[in-house]
Amino acid sequence: MVNGVVVEFPALKLMLLLPALGVVFNLFLGRRAGRAIVNVVSVAAVVGAFLLALWALGELLALPAGSALKATLWSWIYVGPLQIDLGLRFDALAAVMTLVVSGVGSIIHLYSCGYMGEDPDYARFFAYMNLFTLSMLVLVLGNNLLFMFIGWEGVGLCSYLLIAFWYDNAQFAYNGRKAFVVNRIGDAGFLLGIFALAAAFASRGLWTLDFAAMREHISLVSSAVATMAGLLFFLGATGKSAQIPLYVWLPDAMVGPTPVSALIHAATMVTAGVYMVARLGFLYQLTPATMEVVAAVGAITAFFAATVALAQSDIKRVLAYSTISQIGYMFLGAGAGAFGAAIFHIVTHAFFKALLFLGAGSVMHALGGEQDMSRMGGLRRKLPVTHATMLVATLAITAVPGFSGFFSKDEILEAAYVSGHYWLWGLGVITAGLTGLYMFRLFFLTFYGRSRVEAARLPRLHESPAVMTIPLVILALLSLGGGWIGLPAGMLWGDRIGEFLRPVVGQVKSVPGLEALALSAVASAAALSGLVLAFVFYVAAPGLPERAAAWSGALYRALREKYYVDELYDFLVTRPLFFLSDVAFDRVIDSYAIEGLVDGAAAAARGGAAAIRRVETGNVQHYALTYLCGALAVLAYCLYYSMRHG
Amino acid sequence: MTANLLTLIIFVPLVGALAVALFADERTVWPAAFIFSLLPLALSIYLLVAFNPHDNGYQFVERRPWIADFGVSYHVGVDGISLFLVPLAALLVSLTLLYASGGDIDRRPREFCFFVLMLETGLLGVLLAVDLFLFYVFWELTLIPIYFIIGIWGSQRRVYAAFKFILYTMLGSLLMLVALIYLVLHARGYLGAATFDLTDLYRVPLSHAQARWLFAALALGFAVKVPVWPLHSWLPDAYSEAPTAGSMLLGGAMFQMGVYGFLRFAIPLFPEVAREAAPLFMALGVVGIIYGALLALAQSDLKRLVAYASVSHVGFVVLGVFALDRFSVEGAVYQLITHGLSTTALFMAIGMIYLRRRTRAIGELGGLWRPAPMLGAILMVAMLSAVGLPGLDGFVGEFLVLLGAYFASWQAAALAVSGLILGVLYMLWAYERVMFGPLAKSADRGIADLAPREVAVIFPLIALMFFLGLYPRPLLRRIEPSVVAFLARAQAAPAPALSFDRAKPQEFAGLRVVP
Repeated sequence: MVNGVVVEFPALKLMLLLPALGVVFNLFLGRRAGRAIVNVVSVAAVVGAFLLALWALGELLALPAGSALKATLWSWIYVGPLQIDLGLRFDALAAVMTLVVSGVGSIIHLYSCGYMGEDPDYARFFAYMNLFTLSMLVLVLGNNLLFMFIGWEGVGLCSYLLIAFWYDNAQFAYNGRKAFVVNRIGDAGFLLGIFALAAAFASRGLWTLDFAAMREHISLVSSAVATMAGLLFFLGATGKSAQIPLYVWLPDAMVGPTPVSALIHAATMVTAGVYMVARLGFLYQLTPATMEVVAAVGAITAFFAATVALAQSDIKRVLAYSTISQIGYMFLGAGAGAFGAAIFHIVTHAFFKALLFLGAGSVMHALGGEQDMSRMGGLRRKLPVTHATMLVATLAITAVPGFSGFFSKDEILEAAYVSGHYWLWGLGVITAGLTGLYMFRLFFLTFYGRSRVEAARLPRLHESPAVMTIPLVILALLSLGGGWIGLPAGMLWGDRIGEFLRPVVGQVKSVPGLEALALSAVASAAALSGLVLAFVFYVAAPGLPERAAAWSGALYRALREKYYVDELYDFLVTRPLFFLSDVAFDRVIDSYAIEGLVDGAAAAARGGAAAIRRVETGNVQHYALTYLCGALAVLAYCLYYSMRHG
Repeated sequence: MTANLLTLIIFVPLVGALAVALFADERTVWPAAFIFSLLPLALSIYLLVAFNPHDNGYQFVERRPWIADFGVSYHVGVDGISLFLVPLAALLVSLTLLYASGGDIDRRPREFCFFVLMLETGLLGVLLAVDLFLFYVFWELTLIPIYFIIGIWGSQRRVYAAFKFILYTMLGSLLMLVALIYLVLHARGYLGAATFDLTDLYRVPLSHAQARWLFAALALGFAVKVPVWPLHSWLPDAYSEAPTAGSMLLGGAMFQMGVYGFLRFAIPLFPEVAREAAPLFMALGVVGIIYGALLALAQSDLKRLVAYASVSHVGFVVLGVFALDRFSVEGAVYQLITHGLSTTALFMAIGMIYLRRRTRAIGELGGLWRPAPMLGAILMVAMLSAVGLPGLDGFVGEFLVLLGAYFASWQAAALAVSGLILGVLYMLWAYERVMFGPLAKSADRGIADLAPREVAVIFPLIALMFFLGLYPRPLLRRIEPSVVAFLARAQAAPAPALSFDRAKPQEFAGLRVVP
């Protein structure tokens, strides 16, 4: 990391310009241009960004390890010693994220051309999608905290707009706002974190929010400040990345169009919190207590969400909880110091989770929008491509050895174990088993067993068009082979992505090969037993789940009702807030206390009021005269005084 | 041209007001008034170009004796703090006239234009006066027109609202006047001649007790105008009862006056007391932020919602000013501009809804995005600007204010941040109920989207929101030297204490009879 150089690379600006142009075009000309042109422009904008990212990656690989490319859009907020630019920095970490965002983004944009093929509001949809891509690129390419924050809030805005995309439905609109407000709670933490960090540096004479500069001078920050700032940033991460306690918006976000769920609420935006923690790794490494919090919240969230996923019947909700759970793994890895493993899991997760959502979208497309798995079943013959690709994705998320999810999850669990988090490692292993169970439950309920599809929908049952299945196949290949960029060290070509990221995110201890193999074996055994259990429950003995549910009674109900957390928040936060706002303030303080004061004064001047009322005939001249006389009299009186006493 | 530039800027609207009142008929009044309002706008844009960004003092100064016996002079000048407020006021007046001519003001257009242009002279005078007497005259000059604009063209409770407004502000300005006169008389004892000139008055030493009373009187006058919590109760009535054009002027171009008074007069004149009072005002600012936001959440009328949102937002400005930090003061000055833009745009959009549906009750609206997507989009941008979305203008000021406030008191900043969360909640909740969901009435399907005139009126505001959010540097660069000078003044050591005999207690006693 010492030998790295920073090279000017103006094409980074173009990477932002393309989606920005897409937004402007779709917003202002989209309706007029027609569907075909909108599709081409929107996809081209993101594919163009992806190609630029590949070019930049080539440049970066040609430089010594630890190098970066940079470009500056323009100077932004300059006040005194604090100078914040809209600057871009393309280092290894940004490179990985940029490729995921624009690469998976391209595939999902392409898929959307088919999925939104009948929606009359396609121009608005693609404007939002391009805006999201732009914001996400700003988030990962921004070279300082404040520019990153533009992207950070920008993706939240796009999330809101896209969840509420079908705005006619009041519930959808509500869910969109819920996402934005909950995210804003986290953003407030993010902002305070910026202040804490800026103040800590400023007190030592350094005015900067630039990542590279902060990293270089991180020794100026005391560990107490680092702990506070770290926790505040992590609060921001729990909002954006849907972790306990701020995860509640994500399951409700599933009402948005399915490509949105795939792109924003699975592959990219929700992993931004993990990216941010990795980006600020130099800060977190100063504060072991915060790292413990990150790891614990991650592991507990992973387990918690996996249990809820067991009992949901909405296919997208299961996937939403599985996303929360998988991001929990990422935070477990980050908290254990394995930022590289966390980023690696972002990559593989982007492949298989995007595929799962797009596959679910394909199923819904075939079933006229049906999301309830209790009205699916036996679809594998009718939807052969969807079935095959979904199988790959399900194997990948279950972390079956050889599939992409295996390698990244394995690295995370190993790091948790090596760093001494035995309890959290155990929780991670149990969660791996649960993952196999709930994911294959989803898979079997959808594609196997007898068909529970409504009769009216049967004749129209069809595989999706090529524009949708080709993205599925591409993502399936990535889910299958994508993990091989990060093999365990020493095996074949080794951990390429880990080595690539190492100069930015640092290295973790590893264990001897045999012990590592034992750890993998335990986790894989857990995952496979989950798979087998799902097979028994949902294919071999389909009556079993009902009996199990009846037998477990209250526990099952609690899972199905998501532990009543929404109700709890409603009771603890929402109601008191509105009560405070409505009753205490509007009806009591403002109406009686403060108004009373004024009306009292007004009553004292009732003569004046009565006079006003009498002359309220609309006669302007009358008003003007009266008023001017009064004002002048006051002025005259004061002047008179000044003369007499002067 | 530059010799009398400021005088031209100030008085062209007054000339226009008289011309419109005397010569225009119903047909020509709108175009005539609009053209007259464009002149000061053009001149103030020239001012922007000609302003020297490296100079921290007053520029384009004009100084002539006026009422020499009382030490009153015609002294005007512009510095970085007032520089951008001048074109903003001119722009908002032009847009208001353009908007009002589209059906918002449907009777007595001649009187309306007269009052608006007169108000513009008052506003610009307040911003540019360096002489305290001149400042006071212009200050009072703004009250008269806005009183009539509310009282004549307002909605049902307009007379109550106008009266309440005038009661509050008159009380404030009387206190101000008393303080000014006392200060001038006191200064004469020290300087040997009466003067209302701000730069001279800076040099006058005051005892601590004197400074405290004078600051209290001025601060109360300005605090009513801002308004600082808990003196805000005139605002929701005035904002919501005024016609849309009046709300735009009140919320966009007039709320700056109070803050400006603090920045220009109350704090620099009495820096020591101001520093003592700073924690109190910071606290009041924070209370205002939260209180305004909670009340905005409870409103069922769109205009009242924006009114309480204003209470919340000016809380940020007050917090920024009294944190007395370079970042926060600069942020507060920036917010004077951006809050003006977003409030004006919000009132304008609400007015457009009102013109179509004849209601502002949130409960009676719904699903308006379907028939009027452009209206929905501009309302969205205006709201996002108001809630400080990064990339739009509101964020820059809010960030700087909070950063500076964090340096002064991290507790204040931490509490103030809750205003950002609540802001999204009340704004988007209202938005959702008005724009999203099913249509409230099937007849709403036929609602027209924005007309070209409406696009023309609101487009400059939207464009400025993006520009000021993405490229604030040209503004910050010009504001900064004057903020530094202001802070140097505010942090100044106390003036040498007066011996007791120069305090002239009999004058103080004599002035106490003034109500």
